Parts: sequence; C-alpha cells; structure tokens
Amino acid sequence: MKKFLAALMILTLVLPLVSLGEPATAGTIVIGIYEPASGDNGAGGKQETLGIRYAHSLQPTVELSDGVYEIKLVEVDNQSSTDKAPSAAQQLVSEGASIVLGSYGSSVSIAAADIFDAAGLVAIGVSCTNPQVTLGNPLYYRICFLDPFQGTVLASYAKDAFGVKKAYTLAQLGNDYDVGLVNYFTKAAEAAGLEVLGETFPEGTSDFTAYLTKAQNEGAEVIFSPTSTTYAAQIITQAAANGLSIPILAGDTWDSSVILNAAKGTDIKVNVTTFFDEGDTSEKAVAFVKGFKEWVNSSPEYLAANGGNDIIAAVTALGFDAYMTALEALKAADSGDREDIAEVMPSVTYEGVTGAIAFDENGDALRDQAFIKASDNAAENWTFVKVQGIESN
Amino acid sequence: MGEFFRLNLPYLLGGISVGGQYALIAIGYTMVYGILRLINFAHGDIFTVAGFVMVYLSATMPLTVSLPLTVLITVVLGYLVERAAYRPLRDAPRMSIMISAIGVSYLLQNLMWYVTGGLAKQYPTIPFISGSVTIFSATTKMVTVITPFLTLALVVLLVRLIGGTKIGMAMRAVSKDFETARLMGIKIDRVISVTFVIGSFLAAVGSILYFTNYTAVTPTVGAMPGLKAFVAAVFGGIGSIPGAVIGAFIIGIAENIIKAVGLTTFSDAFTFALLIIVLVFRPTGLFGEAVNDKV
Repeated sequence: MKKFLAALMILTLVLPLVSLGEPATAGTIVIGIYEPASGDNGAGGKQETLGIRYAHSLQPTVELSDGVYEIKLVEVDNQSSTDKAPSAAQQLVSEGASIVLGSYGSSVSIAAADIFDAAGLVAIGVSCTNPQVTLGNPLYYRICFLDPFQGTVLASYAKDAFGVKKAYTLAQLGNDYDVGLVNYFTKAAEAAGLEVLGETFPEGTSDFTAYLTKAQNEGAEVIFSPTSTTYAAQIITQAAANGLSIPILAGDTWDSSVILNAAKGTDIKVNVTTFFDEGDTSEKAVAFVKGFKEWVNSSPEYLAANGGNDIIAAVTALGFDAYMTALEALKAADSGDREDIAEVMPSVTYEGVTGAIAFDENGDALRDQAFIKASDNAAENWTFVKVQGIESN
Repeated sequence: MGEFFRLNLPYLLGGISVGGQYALIAIGYTMVYGILRLINFAHGDIFTVAGFVMVYLSATMPLTVSLPLTVLITVVLGYLVERAAYRPLRDAPRMSIMISAIGVSYLLQNLMWYVTGGLAKQYPTIPFISGSVTIFSATTKMVTVITPFLTLALVVLLVRLIGGTKIGMAMRAVSKDFETARLMGIKIDRVISVTFVIGSFLAAVGSILYFTNYTAVTPTVGAMPGLKAFVAAVFGGIGSIPGAVIGAFIIGIAENIIKAVGLTTFSDAFTFALLIIVLVFRPTGLFGEAVNDKV
C-alpha cells in the first residue's frame, strides 16, 4: 500500500512535466495585477482587472528576439486597504513579476510604491489619479490623467454647465483620492469665483442625510463628492429619498454601473469626468467596445465581475491600454528583466483606445482632455455630454 | 422659528431613526449581558448576516416569504452561535466566553467576505416603507417615521414578556443569581437560548429597518452600528432595557446634532468619548442602579 502511494505521488510530480512535452514557447513572463477585488473599491478594481484580462485573452504571448514568451497574469487583492496593500505588493515581488499593473485607488498605489521601488519593479498605474503616486517614485508610471487636472476640469464644468455660485464638497476622511481631488476642485473653483463649502465623513459612514441636509440648507447648487462607489450608492439613494434636487458631480470613480444602478428611476442628476466613452467613434475604440462586450457576455463570471451588465467602465478601457503598454515595454526592453524594463520605460509610447499614451519626466501620461458623462436614470446608462479641457469657455 | 424648524427637522428625523435602529441592536447586547454577564461581540455581525440573507433571499422569493424567512434564519443563527460557541464554555472563566465571542464575530465577518466576494450588495426595496414621505417641509423615507414607533412597540412587548410571563420570571431569576436559579430547578440553558432568540429577532428587525434606509450591505457594515449600540447599552446602564433604548435615542440624535452644527468629523469621536466619560463618572450608566428592570 505504501509503495503504491509512493508511486502515485511520484507520478503526480512527474506527469505535469511529461504532459507539457516540448515547450512551445521560449519561457514565461509574469505580469502582476495589483488591484482590489474586495473592500470599498472592489467593484472598480474588478472592472479594471477585466480590461487587463480581456487584453491578455487577445494577446497571451509576446515576441522577443529570442523567441515567443507566454504571459502569465498573477492577480493579488489589495482589499482597497492601505494596511493590507503592502503584503499584496510584496507577494507580486516574490512571485517574480516583471512589471506590475494597478491599482484602482490612489491610496493603495501610494502604499505599495516603496515596495515596488525597492524591488526595482516598474509599476504602471491604471486609474490612480493622485499626484503622489508617481511623485518621488521613479519606477511608478501611469496612463491616466491627474487630479489637479481633473479637479480643474470639474470646476470649469460646474461653472460652465450649471452656472453655479456655491458648491458643496464631500470627501471621506483620510482617503488620499477623495481629499486630494476635492482640494484641487476647491482651488480651481475658488479661483473661478465660486464659493465652496467642504465637509468630510469618517470611514464606515452609512447615514449621509445630515450631510445632504447641510448642502441644501447652505444653498449649495452643486455637490461634488468623488467618494468610492460604496458610499456613492448611499449618497445617491439618500439624496433621492430626501427629495434633493441639486446635481451631483464626481470624478472617474463614479463612472461605474454601481452608480447607474443607484440612480435608476430617481431624479438625481449625476455628472462624471472620465477617461473613455463607449460611444467613441475611433476605429480602435469601436473594435474594443465590440470585442469586449462579446468577451464579457461569454462567461457569467466576467459578467458578474462587471456588475451584472455589459456596460463598459472607463477603467476597463484603461486596464486594456495598461496591459498593451506593458507589452510595448517588454518589446522595447527585449526581455522580462526588471532592470531592462526600468531603463526603457520612459520612452515607451502606445496608441491606445483611450488615446495616445506617452510619459513625462514624472512618469505621468500626457493628457489634456477628459470626457464628461451624465447619467440617464430611465435607461440606466451614461450619455456623453462633452469633451472638456482645463479652459473654461 | 418656523425657518429654524424647517432647516433642522431633517437632522432630528434622521437622529430619531438612527436611534431606533441602534436601540433594537442595543437590546440584544443588554439582555445577553444581563443574563450571562457576557458582551456578545458577534451581535453586530448577526445584524449584518441578516442583511445579506435578505439580499440573497429576495433575489429568488417574493417579499412575503423572504422577510419572515430572513427573521427566522437570523434567529436560528443566533441560537446556533450560543449553542456552539457559548454553551460549552458555560462554566469556564468569563474571559474565555468573551474571547470566544470575538472569535465568532471575526468568523462571521470573514465568512461573509468569502461568500459575497467583498463587494457591496444593494438591499432590496420593500414597498411602503421604502417610499418617500413629506413631513412639514422635509422629505424622507417612510421607514424613518416608522422606526421609532416600531421600536417602542417592540420594547413595550418585551418589557411585558419579561415582567408578566413564566419565562420572563425565569430570566429575571437567572440574571439575579445564576447559581441559585439553577439550584431552584430553572432550566438555565433554555432561558439563555430564549434570550439569544429574542436578541437575534430584534437584530433582524433592526437590520431590515437599517438597510431599507442605508441600502448598501457590506461584510463590515454592522461593526459601526454594533459598536454604537454597545455604547448606547453602556450609557443607558448595561442590563437595563429601557436604559438601552433611551441611550440609543440620545446617541442617535446627538450624533446628528453634532453634524448639523458642522462638526461632522467628530460625530463618531463624540460617541466613543461619551463611552469613556460614562465609564469614568457613572459606570452603572443612566439606569444601571434600577435593579428591578434588569433582565
């Protein structure tokens, strides 16, 4: 019996080697996915990961001068939490990732930057918009626009579209993304002659009626609350229940089906700035939209991760571009070696579905315009409003 | 005056509603404490589980089935927790049961992470109580208005149950003197089970009211209301049911007043500062000395 067991164990060890046969590829390169799959930002992180996975399904290999390499995706869950993030980042380092993509949520990216830096590992931020992510972290790059830009765009839009005089801002206490974006919005809005009243709420808040009442009592004409989607859903449903008629503005985080779901059937007007619009007519974007919808509908698991429908979040398109940019970096470096990639990274460019990607000296993408979308609460969809730059017009 | 009233009514309504929900959870804490001298840390998580059970059940069943079934499953869960984690430790040092309670709390939380994948779930809309209602000039959900009345009705029922029935008498006896009650032939295990059943029932009702108002259910969402309900129970005098209810309303309203005056950041800090102040200056709470109300 013992001998039989021993033979069985040896077989299980050896069989995988045999079944591989002759290797079809020159080797494997690991791309790490550093995204939240749970916690406050779990929904967005999953959508971003979907974009990366879809890109991987289209291009699962990369051709370097010494042969075709297979790309292996390793996903870790940073749980949207800055205290869990470092160990998730460390796991990617020890799994031998050549390059890392992520994260959704600036706080967790900032928390992991030192770990990637110490390992000499290049990270490409997908939708983390806080300046602190790349500032002082030479190996952290990003392909999206930044909060100083986004905040200014939103302030210009608030002034242009609604002609408001007073804005109310609501941010989660201690969240780098919320507080940072509100800060830039406030600066730009005040410079444009708006009055801004700001408040913050502690983590875990579910009762927002007091905040919304405040906004109404103070005579605010627009609410700016770039919170994570979990709080966003609460804010929208409670604003609707309290009969609030003030439009709500938010940043890229709110470009999510969670928001549409919460706003469905209410009178709440939601406007967001974002990276990508489904109705984009460029050839690349059209192909991406069609391909992704087919792919996401092919599996209930993907569909569930996308929030139960096939509406494309902007972060999904960015995730797609991030993976393709990483492939460009691998090709330019002509190896999966971390040091080689770090060397070529500054000069990598890519023409993506969200526009052209090139990096400045900080490692930030050069972008000068954002899409503005409004919620259509009857059709549960986004409608494209305009492309807005910094200039108020 | 009319203007002042119009502006501040929403704060007051919100405070009363939140207070009512804290009260329903606080009763569970205070009853278990009264009988077992145990702070049942898992109580807040039972409240959250009730939320998730409702989310999943309502996806496949009509409300007339899913609502009672949610309450039933929550009650069974409360009973099972007591049976599995507390009863075997009945004669162990009190600290062991306390640690077991913390263990159950984390176990439930992590099970919910595992089952739900950690994403927020949208609570189903319950007709009538999810509807909007306008009181004077303030618009709010129907549930905000119903909560305090339902809470008070349940408390009156509970007080009568404890004061006027045989099982209520047994509860009072057990809370007065555990050992003697046992010697006198009271089936302690049964009394304690009933206590947990009542506590979980109220947590389930509280959960329905709470999530109808605040519709996102996440695995950790019960932690904050649970902690605040605990503070309310201590504030009112732990072991006293009317104390817990009054404490909960005071905390709910005070929190909203603090937000109204613009100190939003400090609203949570206030609640926990209150806990420290009560423990330092009046450890028995508002009603702690009135032993005749003890369960």
